[in-house]
Amino acid sequence: MDAFLNQVFAGLATGGIYASVALALVMIYQATHHVNFAQGEMAMFSTYIAWAMINAGMPYWPAFFLTVAIAFILGVLVERIIVRPVERAPVLSVVVVFIGLLVIFNSLAGWIYTYTIKVFPSPFPAEPVHLGAHLFSSHQIGAVGVTLVVLALLYLFFRYTPLGLAMRAAAQNPDSSRLVGIRVGWMLALGWGLAGAIGAVAGMMVAPVVYLDPNMMSGILLYAFAAALVGGVDSPGGAVFGGFLVGVLENVLGTYVIGNELKLAFALLLIVGVLVVRPSGFFGKVHVSRV
Amino acid sequence: MTTESTTAAVPVSAATSRMRVVAYAVLLLAVCALPFLVSNYRTFQFTLVLVYAIALLGLNILTGYNGQISLGHGAFYAIGAYVAAVLMDKFGVPYYLTVPAAGVVCLAVGFLFGLPALRLEGLYLALATFGLGVSMPQVLKDKHLEHWTGGVQGIVIIKPDPPFGLPLNQDQWLYYFTLAVLLIMFLLGWNLLRGRIGRSLVAIRDQPVAAEAMGVNNALYKSLAFGVSAMYTGVAGALGAIAVQFVAPDSFTIFLSITFLIGIVIGGLASISGAIYGALFIQFVPNIADQISKAAPWAIYGVFMIGFMYVMPVGVAGAIRIVWARIRHRTKGGDNSQKS
Amino acid sequence: MSTKQLLVSAAIAGLALGTSAAFAQKKYDVGATDTEIKIGNIMPYSGPASAYGTIGKAAGAYFKKINDEGGINGRKINFISVDDGYSPPKTVEMARRLVEQDQVLLIWGPLGTPPNTAIQKYMNAKKVPQLFVYTGATKWNDPKNNPWTMGWQPNYQTEAAIYAKHILKTKPDAKIAILFQNDDYGKDYVKGLEDGLGDKAKSMIVARASYETSDPTVDSQIVQLQGSGANVFFNVTTPKFAAQAIRKAYDIGWKPVQYLNNVSASIGATLIPAGLDKSVGLISTGYLKDQAEPEWKDDKGMNDWRAFMAKYYPEGNIKDGGNISGYGNAQTLVQVLKQCGDNLTRENVMKQAANLKNFRTEVLLPGITINTGPDDFAPIQSVQLARFDGKEWVRFGEILGK
Repeated sequence: MDAFLNQVFAGLATGGIYASVALALVMIYQATHHVNFAQGEMAMFSTYIAWAMINAGMPYWPAFFLTVAIAFILGVLVERIIVRPVERAPVLSVVVVFIGLLVIFNSLAGWIYTYTIKVFPSPFPAEPVHLGAHLFSSHQIGAVGVTLVVLALLYLFFRYTPLGLAMRAAAQNPDSSRLVGIRVGWMLALGWGLAGAIGAVAGMMVAPVVYLDPNMMSGILLYAFAAALVGGVDSPGGAVFGGFLVGVLENVLGTYVIGNELKLAFALLLIVGVLVVRPSGFFGKVHVSRV
Repeated sequence: MTTESTTAAVPVSAATSRMRVVAYAVLLLAVCALPFLVSNYRTFQFTLVLVYAIALLGLNILTGYNGQISLGHGAFYAIGAYVAAVLMDKFGVPYYLTVPAAGVVCLAVGFLFGLPALRLEGLYLALATFGLGVSMPQVLKDKHLEHWTGGVQGIVIIKPDPPFGLPLNQDQWLYYFTLAVLLIMFLLGWNLLRGRIGRSLVAIRDQPVAAEAMGVNNALYKSLAFGVSAMYTGVAGALGAIAVQFVAPDSFTIFLSITFLIGIVIGGLASISGAIYGALFIQFVPNIADQISKAAPWAIYGVFMIGFMYVMPVGVAGAIRIVWARIRHRTKGGDNSQKS
Repeated sequence: MSTKQLLVSAAIAGLALGTSAAFAQKKYDVGATDTEIKIGNIMPYSGPASAYGTIGKAAGAYFKKINDEGGINGRKINFISVDDGYSPPKTVEMARRLVEQDQVLLIWGPLGTPPNTAIQKYMNAKKVPQLFVYTGATKWNDPKNNPWTMGWQPNYQTEAAIYAKHILKTKPDAKIAILFQNDDYGKDYVKGLEDGLGDKAKSMIVARASYETSDPTVDSQIVQLQGSGANVFFNVTTPKFAAQAIRKAYDIGWKPVQYLNNVSASIGATLIPAGLDKSVGLISTGYLKDQAEPEWKDDKGMNDWRAFMAKYYPEGNIKDGGNISGYGNAQTLVQVLKQCGDNLTRENVMKQAANLKNFRTEVLLPGITINTGPDDFAPIQSVQLARFDGKEWVRFGEILGK
C-alpha cells in the first residue's frame, strides 16, 4: 500500500509538469484554434534565456519575471511575423510551419547552449516536506502551486476582463468580432504571447526536476497533449486536471500493469480512447455544429 | 483547393495531349537510364527517393485527397519494413514476395486503425496519429516480440542479387525493382483516384454531410482510405528496408512521420506528381542543410520548410500547375491576337 | 659453387632487393595521397543523441591542431564529419557517401550501436576500415568475421562483469535492483551483470526497471526499485537520467550501494547536476581522467588537453567528458596512421590498428594502456574501480580487465 501511494504521489508530481505544459497548449488553442506543436520548444528556449540570466548573476525572481515578459514578446513576434502569413492557408500548411518552428527552436538552443545538461535552480527551499510518512520535494509542491495560481489568473482574466472577453470572441467568431470593432489580428497575437508566457513558467518549473537540455520537452509533449485532450482542449481547468490524471495513470499503470516499456503506447491508447468515447474530454464543451 | 481530378473539365487539344505523352516518355527514359549515368551511391539515393515517393503517395491519398490528417504514417512504414525483414530473416522468404506481404499486412492494420479514427476529426485525428507515431519505436522494442523483431539490435538483411544473371550490380537492380513497384503503385493510384472512388474521397473531404446525403458510404470510404494509404506506405517500408539492409526501432521515430507530412505538403497535396517532388525534397534538402551549417542543420531545414509555406503554399506540384496554366494561357492569347 | 647454385643465389638476392625496394615505395589506397589523408566520420549532430556530437567536434579540432603542427608524416588530415541524426538508414547513406563519393581512406568513430550495426556489413564488404567505433557493445571485437571493424572503449559487458565480481566479493548476499535504458546499451550492461553473477544472478537480482529517453523523469522507477527492498543499485543510465536517479534516491531516503555505469561517470555532466553531496559513495569504473578532479590540476596530460580546448575548441564545454574521449580516441588514430608510414592502404591501416603495443594517450588514467593484436580488437580493456568521495573519484584496487 505504501509503495502504491508513493507511485501515486510521484505521479502527481510529474502530473504537475504535464499540467503546466497542457495549460499553455490549451491557451493557444482557445485563442487561435490551432495546436501549437512548437509550444514545448518555445518554453524550453525561454527557460534557457532565464538560465543565461541567472548564470550571469541575476537573482532568481527578477530573472523569472523578466523571462516571462520576454517570452510574451517572443510569442507575439512569432505570431505576427511567422504565423500571420499562413493564417488563411489550409490546416496542414499551418502544421508544417509549427513543426518548422519546433525544429528551429530545438536546433538553436542546442547550438547556442550545447547539449550538456544544465542545472536550473528552484526558488523553493531544498528541504523536503513531510506529509505523514511520505516525502515531497518542496519544489514539486511549489510548482503545483504556481500552476494553480496561473490557472486562477487565467480564469479571472478570461471571465472578468473586457480584453479576455474580446479574445474569446475573436477565437470563436472572427468575422463577427471584426464587425463589433475587435482587432482580431492583435487578439491572436495576444493569445500567442500569453501562451508563450505560460510556457516559460512551465519550463522554469519543469527544468529543476528534469534538468535543462534542448530535448527536455520532447518527452513531455505527448503526455501534455494527452492531458489537454483528456481534460478538454478548450478548458484550462480541464487541462490541469488532465495533467494530474495522466501523470498518476502513467506511473501506476507503468509500475503495476503494463510495465515501463509500453508507457508511450498507453498514452496513445488513452488519447484514442478519450477521443472516441468522449471527444470533449472531462470538462470541455461539447460542440454541436450546424450542417 | 483545386485537385488534379477536378481540373479534368478543361478541354485539352490533341496537340497538347500528344506533347504530354512524349514528355512522359522522355521522362521515363531518363529515369530508366539513371543508374548508368550516375555513381552507385547516387543510384542508392534515388532508390530512396522512389521509396519515399510511394510512401508519400500513400499519405497523400489519406490526407490530401481524403482530408484525414495523419502524423503517424512512420508507424505503417515501420510495420512494412519489419514484415519484410522478419520474413526474409526468420522465414527465408524471397525479397520480392515480402513487398506484397507487407502491403497486405498494412492494408489490414490501416483499415483497423481507420475504424476508431472515424470518430476523430482534423486536429484530434492528428493528435491520435501523433501518438501512434511516437509510441511505435517502443512497441518495436517490446520484449515479447523480441524473438522476431530482434529487439533493440534490429535485423540485418542481405541485399538481393539481380536475377537471371543480368549484367547489373545490386544497387542498379534494386533501383529497377523499386521503379517497377513504383510504376505499378502509381498507375493503380491514378486509376483509383480519377474514378468514382477518388471523387468520393474528395467529396468526403470537402463536404462530408453532402457526400453522405448523396449516397457515399462515408464510414466505409474513410476506413478504406486509411487502409489503402497504409498499404502504400507499408510497401514503401518494405522496399526501404531492403535498400538500407537494416531495420531497428531507432529508424522509425516520430521524426519519420513528421518528415512524410512535410513531404506531401511541400510536394503538393492531392497530387500524384507531388509525391515525387516531396520525395526529392525530403531526401536531398537535409543533406544540403547539413552542408550549410554543421552546427544547426535542422534549423536550416526548418527555415526551408517555413519558407516553402510562404512562397509555395500549394506545394511544388501546385506551383508548376499554375505556371504551366499561365504559359498555356499566354500562348493561347498570342494565337488569338494574331488571328485578329 | 656450381652455376646452378650461383644462379639461385643471384635470383634470391635479386628477389630480396626487389621486395625491399617495393617496401620503400609509397602505397596508397583511395583517400590517401602524398599530401593528404581523408578521414570520414559520422556523428549524431542532430536528434536525440545530439549531446554526443561534441565528440566529433573535439576530434575535428584535434586534427586541425595536428595539421598546424605539420600533419602526419607530412600529410594533412582532411576530416569529413557528417550528421546521421542517430538514424540507421541515414548512417547507411552517409557511410556510402563517405566511401563512394568523398572517397575517404577510412571511417573513424561512428557513434551508437544501431548506426554501427547498420553499416558493419557494408564496411566489411567494401573492405573499408570502420575504426574505433563509439559504442561499448561487445560485438566489435570480432576479427574473424568482421576484420574491418574495431572498437575503442572498454566494452559494457566487461565493465558490468567487474561490478558483478565486486558485489560477489564484498556483498555476497546482496539484493540487486537495476535501472536501465531500454535500448542496446542498457541491455548490454544488464547482460554483462547477469553473466558476471553466474547462477546467482536469478536469486540476487530482485528488481529491474527500464526507461525510455522520451520519459521526462525516472522518479517512478526509482520509487519502484526502492519498494523491492534492494540494497544494491546498478544504475545504467545516461547522464541526464543518472543525475535524476541519484538525486531521487537520495531524496526518498534510499541508500543502497550504488554502481554507476561509466557512461555517466563524468563529474561535470552527471554528479554536479545530481548534487555532489548526494553522490558520495557511488562506485564506477574509469579509464579516462576527469576534468573536475583536483588530482589532475597540474597533470601534464590534462594541461595539454586544456590548452588544446582553449585554443582549438573554445566553444566546447570543458566539463563534458566527451571532449576528453574524442581527443584521446583521435590521438589513437593519429598513432595508427603514424605507424603506417608511407604505406597508406586500407589493409595496412587495419594491420597497424591491430598492432598497438602499450600505447598511451595522456588523458588515460595511469597504468592503462592500449593494446591490440590480430586476435584482439579491443584496444582498451583495462579499467579501475573508483569510489566518489564528494570531490573526486578515488581509485582503488588494481587495474582490472587485461
